[in-house]
Amino acid sequence: MIGVPGTGDALAGAAEIEGRSLWQDALARLLRNRAAVVSMIVLGIVGTLAILAPLLSPHPFDEIYWDRIQAPPDFANAHWFGTDGNGRDMFVRTLYGARISLMVGLLATGVSLLIGVSWGATAGYFGGRVDNFMMRFVDIMYSLPFMFFVILLMVMFGRHIWLIFIALGAVEWLTMARIVRGQTLSIRRREFIEAAHASGIGSFKIIFRHVIPNVLGPVIVYMTLTVPQVILTESFLSFLGLGVQEPLTSWGVLISEGARVIETAPWMLVFPATFLAVTLFCFNFLGDGLRDALDPKDR
Amino acid sequence: MFRYVFRRLISAVPTLLIIVTIAFFMMRVAPGGPFDQERNLPPEIEANVLKAYGLDKPLVEQYLDYVGGLLRGDFGPSFEFRDFTVRDLIFGGFPASLQIGSMALLLAIVFGVGFGAFAALRQNSRADYAVMTLAMTGIAIPNFVMAPVLTLVLGVYLSLLPVAGWGDGAWVNKILPVVALALPQVAYISRLTRGSMVEVLNSNYIRTARAKGLRESIVVNRHALKGALLPVVSYLGPAAAAVVTGSVVIETIFEVPGIGRYFVLGALNRDYPLVMGTVIFYAMLIIALNLVVDLIYAWLDPKVRLE
Repeated sequence: MIGVPGTGDALAGAAEIEGRSLWQDALARLLRNRAAVVSMIVLGIVGTLAILAPLLSPHPFDEIYWDRIQAPPDFANAHWFGTDGNGRDMFVRTLYGARISLMVGLLATGVSLLIGVSWGATAGYFGGRVDNFMMRFVDIMYSLPFMFFVILLMVMFGRHIWLIFIALGAVEWLTMARIVRGQTLSIRRREFIEAAHASGIGSFKIIFRHVIPNVLGPVIVYMTLTVPQVILTESFLSFLGLGVQEPLTSWGVLISEGARVIETAPWMLVFPATFLAVTLFCFNFLGDGLRDALDPKDR
Repeated sequence: MFRYVFRRLISAVPTLLIIVTIAFFMMRVAPGGPFDQERNLPPEIEANVLKAYGLDKPLVEQYLDYVGGLLRGDFGPSFEFRDFTVRDLIFGGFPASLQIGSMALLLAIVFGVGFGAFAALRQNSRADYAVMTLAMTGIAIPNFVMAPVLTLVLGVYLSLLPVAGWGDGAWVNKILPVVALALPQVAYISRLTRGSMVEVLNSNYIRTARAKGLRESIVVNRHALKGALLPVVSYLGPAAAAVVTGSVVIETIFEVPGIGRYFVLGALNRDYPLVMGTVIFYAMLIIALNLVVDLIYAWLDPKVRLE
């Protein structure tokens, strides 16, 4: 791995004494990227807030305060973000929304990772007719208005949270499959694959033990960029009333409730919208940073 | 050229058929029918209702009926809007959606290319960073957040524009939806234009053009911009799809009487024929738009061989 001019100076001395792996190198580059580091910290904070949500506020997320309906932010009653149209505390609801949104983002990305990586690696490894057929399928899927299919699924099978994970994961794997296939194609003729083949290891094992670990770099980068995409899609669905259902909530649901009373209760919109935008921002910056760190020639 | 168009149109047929088939069977295996709410009906009446909508026939026959209807341009009756057929609703909503969508796309291209080229010509200057930071913001903030925020600032606080409503298509009512729909695409296109413009400006043929002593405006406008636009053109397909998808949410927020709104209402009310009809219509639209984009691309770039 050749360092980028100007970035290797600080570590140049150390490099001669002990070798650095690709990953250490990438980590060092990532930590030097200020936007990416700040993004990681902010995401860490949002994540911690989401996990600790019930401990941070005296109010349960579904408790209705009949005397404080749509109340503006007020510190006396510990409604830091105000209350919503049903008199529920917005601070706690925003954090519970964070839980759902982040969980959907991570789990659906996991599903897409599972499908996309296996699909792409298999197609790329076997090549030829298998590859042709598998990628043709991806092309067709690409040309479908997938968002509408997710909505169709939601309409028909009810808006269950697990269905959201699976549906979003099932439509977000296409780009991942393409990336992994391209990477696999470029390494499948390399000597270590040939060696594995010669020593009698089966194709399935070669794909999972030798091919996939070697394409992880781009996969991680794209994964980081898929998470905000999924969060966005889930919010989109929830905004339309087709996603997460009461009493659970997500940022999309909160934003949609807030948008309806924008004139009288702007705080109902501002807080969840800020959380969503900041989270998306950070994931995008982190993804860009990771790309620069793992693939310096791409700059 | 003609043969290419023809071949592309033919190859769209199986794709559409797949969409129709998936949509139809998904709808039928789904638990719960559209008439479940009215469960106090006497069995004879319920049978009549099902019969009126052709739901008592065998599944295969229903499927063939539906596909046959589609070929005649008949999307079936709407369950929710009892007096309308799905076709009426789609064609009734199309003008409003088309206006909003095409204006947004046009706006996105003009401003996206403008900002992108502007930033690329001032690479690494403060103006460049400012434009690119704005573009990043446009990408990170989804349009369903942008739309209410724009409404809050321009409509509520400054009272410059109407907050929502269609006003029978008055142009002031169109500004906010069009802008909200266009903004994310402005951001994408300007990032794309900047990237490819920077690359083109460093290429040999631009150096040649400058060495010939051409005026800078000609070098930029006629030589650089044309080359830099190719990635932008190939992005127009996804951009159009994104505008179509975004219009669903924008039309709902601003109460635009377009297809997107019917789609959401249909989805919320489990109006299967309406939802399916809209999905199929959107799919056709996106396929057609992709074809147009490919043709433009081929026209711009002689290296792409169509035959």
